[in-house]
Amino acid sequence: MLRTALRNVFAHRARLVMTALAITLGVAFVCGTLVFGDTVAQALRGASARSFKDVAVSVQAEPQSNPDSGADGTRSTALTSDLVDKVRTVPGVTSVHPMVDGAATLAAKDGRPLNADNNWQNLATNYAPDTPGTDQDSRFPLSAGRAPTAGDEMALDRRTAEKAGYHIGDPVRFAIQGPTLTKKLVGIVTTDDPRVTVGGTLALFDTSTAQQLFLQAGRFDELDVSSAPGTDNQELTSRIRALLPAEGITVTSGAQLANEQAELIAESTKALTRMLLAFAGIALFVGVFVIANTFTMLIAQRSRETALLRAIGASRRQVVRAVLTEAGLLGLGASAVGLALGIGIATAMRPVLNAGGAGLPDGPLVISTDALVRSLLVGIGVTVLAAWLPARKAAKVAPVEALTAVDLMPPRRSMVLRNSLGGLLTGVGVLIVLYVSTRKDGADTNLKAAALGSVLVPTGMIVIAPLLSQPLIRLAGAVTTRLFGVSGKLAMENALRNPRRTAATASALMIGLTLITGLSVAGSSMNAALKAAAVAGLTADYKVSISGSATIDPALGAKVAEVPGVAESVPVASAVLVARGRGATLTGADPRRLATVSDLKFSSGSLADLGPGKIVLSDRLAKDTGLSKGDTFQGTVGDSRNKRELTVVGVYRQTRAFGGAIGTMDDVLPHAFFGGKLDSILIKAASNRNASGLDQDIRQVLGNSPLIRVQNQEQLTKEQSGASDVMLNMMYGLLGMTVVIAVFGVINTLAMSVFERTREIGLLRAIGLDNRGVKQMVCLESVVISLFGTALGIGTGIFLAWACGSLSKASLPQYETVLPWARLGLFLLLGLAIGVLAAVWPARRAASLNMLRAINAQ
Amino acid sequence: MSMQAAAPVPAHAATSSAAARATGLGKVYGQGETRVVALDSVSVEFGRGRFTAIMGPSGSGKSTLMHCMAGLDSVSTGSAQIGDTELSGLNDRQLTRLRRDSVGFVFQAFNLLPTLTALENITLPMAIAGRRPDQQWLDTVVATVGLSGRLSHRPAQLSGGQQQRVAVARALASRPEIIFADEPTGNLDSRAGSEILGFLRESVREWGRTVVMVTHDPVAAAYADRVVFLADGRLTDELLAPTAEGVLDRMRQFDALARTS
Repeated sequence: MLRTALRNVFAHRARLVMTALAITLGVAFVCGTLVFGDTVAQALRGASARSFKDVAVSVQAEPQSNPDSGADGTRSTALTSDLVDKVRTVPGVTSVHPMVDGAATLAAKDGRPLNADNNWQNLATNYAPDTPGTDQDSRFPLSAGRAPTAGDEMALDRRTAEKAGYHIGDPVRFAIQGPTLTKKLVGIVTTDDPRVTVGGTLALFDTSTAQQLFLQAGRFDELDVSSAPGTDNQELTSRIRALLPAEGITVTSGAQLANEQAELIAESTKALTRMLLAFAGIALFVGVFVIANTFTMLIAQRSRETALLRAIGASRRQVVRAVLTEAGLLGLGASAVGLALGIGIATAMRPVLNAGGAGLPDGPLVISTDALVRSLLVGIGVTVLAAWLPARKAAKVAPVEALTAVDLMPPRRSMVLRNSLGGLLTGVGVLIVLYVSTRKDGADTNLKAAALGSVLVPTGMIVIAPLLSQPLIRLAGAVTTRLFGVSGKLAMENALRNPRRTAATASALMIGLTLITGLSVAGSSMNAALKAAAVAGLTADYKVSISGSATIDPALGAKVAEVPGVAESVPVASAVLVARGRGATLTGADPRRLATVSDLKFSSGSLADLGPGKIVLSDRLAKDTGLSKGDTFQGTVGDSRNKRELTVVGVYRQTRAFGGAIGTMDDVLPHAFFGGKLDSILIKAASNRNASGLDQDIRQVLGNSPLIRVQNQEQLTKEQSGASDVMLNMMYGLLGMTVVIAVFGVINTLAMSVFERTREIGLLRAIGLDNRGVKQMVCLESVVISLFGTALGIGTGIFLAWACGSLSKASLPQYETVLPWARLGLFLLLGLAIGVLAAVWPARRAASLNMLRAINAQ
Repeated sequence: MSMQAAAPVPAHAATSSAAARATGLGKVYGQGETRVVALDSVSVEFGRGRFTAIMGPSGSGKSTLMHCMAGLDSVSTGSAQIGDTELSGLNDRQLTRLRRDSVGFVFQAFNLLPTLTALENITLPMAIAGRRPDQQWLDTVVATVGLSGRLSHRPAQLSGGQQQRVAVARALASRPEIIFADEPTGNLDSRAGSEILGFLRESVREWGRTVVMVTHDPVAAAYADRVVFLADGRLTDELLAPTAEGVLDRMRQFDALARTS
């Protein structure tokens, strides 16, 4: 039987091409993901091992507040120069790198801040030569210039210098917390610290400057200790640990640190790989429909042959096995190609992602046998599984069918069972999802219900699709008949002819479009809500804030007010408020001035009622605490020791900008975060000076520090939507693969239909339908099927996104389902385009059929 | 046996007005080694308002002649005309239009589209042309072939004889210049077959339609007004007002000739 199977694969190779492509793409997706995951993990592991290569022992000190500097927030550590010198003298130690860690935000040469929103990536540390007095720090190889050695000098890494446009000798502007500093660029180094390679910056100073900037003179954050070859590093670790105070200092061996980091990396790449595999799974699931459809059709065409095999003595099991062997061979061949394609994808992925700023380290391609075997097994497994039901159908062919002379139309099997099951699944799914739509918060049970419903509804739709295809395709057919006359009518009739096949073809498309639509609707709703939330209640023209942990001096508020064109400058501070056991943010501002830059909806009281000891609460906090207007309670502001009596004088609708409660500046500022510093300054522009340029003037007054952000309303809302747009585009890309496989399914179905209807097409040509009409007929059938799948997908996607979106209401009151009409219209057009494109090849085949042979075909 | 059989009459001299005409028609398939001459300079006229049968053994070229005359196949040499239209100069689009508007077909099997009802099948050529059927004529045709009660049935719900009646109705409904029937009774039992042949003859006698039928069945040929005989791609003989015995007799003569030559 193997020979029969092999012969069958080759005999039908043209018809198996689309199926093979579907399998190949799915396997390529899986294989590409696995190989890429392995490659990235290895490269990251290599990078981390390299960075720990010379570290025998690592000493890390916990930051503590600086006793000498009072309340201004600078740090100190227990790691003093004396201790460093002690470590240096331990036998076996060859060199010690004492390090100071900080963050500095740079301004580019043209003044714009570099990566100010991800302050944690903007590293600043000391350049510590391996041996004191020399010029080489092996962690940061110099590529140009020299090491910084004086207080007014600094070095940058190559990437940062390029991004900022600085050259050796240039003055570099940067800010750490307060005022802007300037130092001369004397050296350029290279680094592969991942924080820098993914988009951060690196600034280097000589040790005493770094200590002065970030720590305290004579103190360090970390030591990297190198040892002589042959030293027992474990023992060295213990010895150094014994030497140092236990309080505030951790001593770890370099090997252990490398291991810990490698584990961390493995975890994070595993998460990425798992997500990609989920999408590969969806693609393969869609592939199942294409494969099953193909085998159903092949077996139907071959029923006479099968009957002959049965008549001459093949058992049912042998027939099944022959079909499954055929599927296995197809799966094997297609998967093998998929492996090659997958490796190609994995190779191309890093440059592509890095071009998008992912900053993945270089490294060799890792192709593990494990990844290849797993991809291959998945491909073969999916193919054989998908061919299982058609194979069983083949075995049911009665031997006597070989002897009947006429082609019997296969009897329509009853679909009562299928329709009942589909109706049940869809119904239960819809009920669950409708229940979810009445919930307002993302509690665990609600999320589980939403997930269950979101799986049940599309599954039910797939089962019931043949039933749905009747009215929906008739509807589409009425349009095509109207527009295209007889070829439109024939297209509809052909699409209706085999509801199972039409449904399976459309279902493949539906799955991708359900996901894409659902994500789009959720994304646009979430975006709109976030945007609305970002500026809700805020009417200020500009908001001045500062990146990272830096603060704004209260005196700056007055300075900004003097800028020509600023009508109102409202300094804002915030502190922690604890009311009846609930923590919230207490915003402090001058009530009269705050009213000019805000638009809060009060259900009772107003901003004007504020005064010493008098606060207004957001409705959320009022509800959580049970407080209302007129209540007086014992609360704490800022430090937990600062208890005081507070009176509620009003309640307003909560907004993102004004979270918990509002009080007077005098009540809040002394207890504010970072001790007496402002949080932001809200600015109302004079009506005659709303034009551009004001933000630059404000920047200048504030010392043009790269840490300062002056954002208008548009920038504030954009800040909220950026991330989800990137996410959505990535999802589109990943789900695109699913849609491509579904398109292969449509092509496949159409090609099979044309093949099966050779005689009909011949007859139509004989009685006067021209080539164009034949092409039109095939094309319209394709369009009708594609639009059916697209419409089902869009409908299901909208429904699920609407219902499950309500769960965001609790955390985001502004959430409302926003249908991205333009995008949905685009998806429908995509469905139309898929229909037209998928029909190109089958239609051409249909039109080029030899009419006489077609009429006489048996 | 019969009087008319005495001598072969030149075909083009037989009738005054021809619905279709072949002049020196040749059809060659393949090239070089595989070259097959299917029709070798055939000249024949099919009279308007006449029922003509084309007979001949398998491989004689009778189907090829029909295909060439009906615009289903291209002509290698010579000319084929329907009415005043010369077929050999037409491109595919023009041929399609000709078939749609001027030719009706009844094939041996698989005449109907399974997705369409009987009525839709009957009116299909007109639907393709975007023309409205003449309702009165349509009713007459449907009533004549006895399909009135079955117009909304699909082909699968009809017997083989009923299916062929639908095909005949389709060929008649658009009132084409000429109807070509290719072994229309080949798949039917004799009763259903004679019904179909009866309809074809009636359409010629009552309504003056023109029918050309390819067959190898002498009984079927006897329904025609005239039989032309083909052998080895050449027109060999013809018979007017044929009877089944006459046709059979003539064919036996050919067989004998073929064996002795």
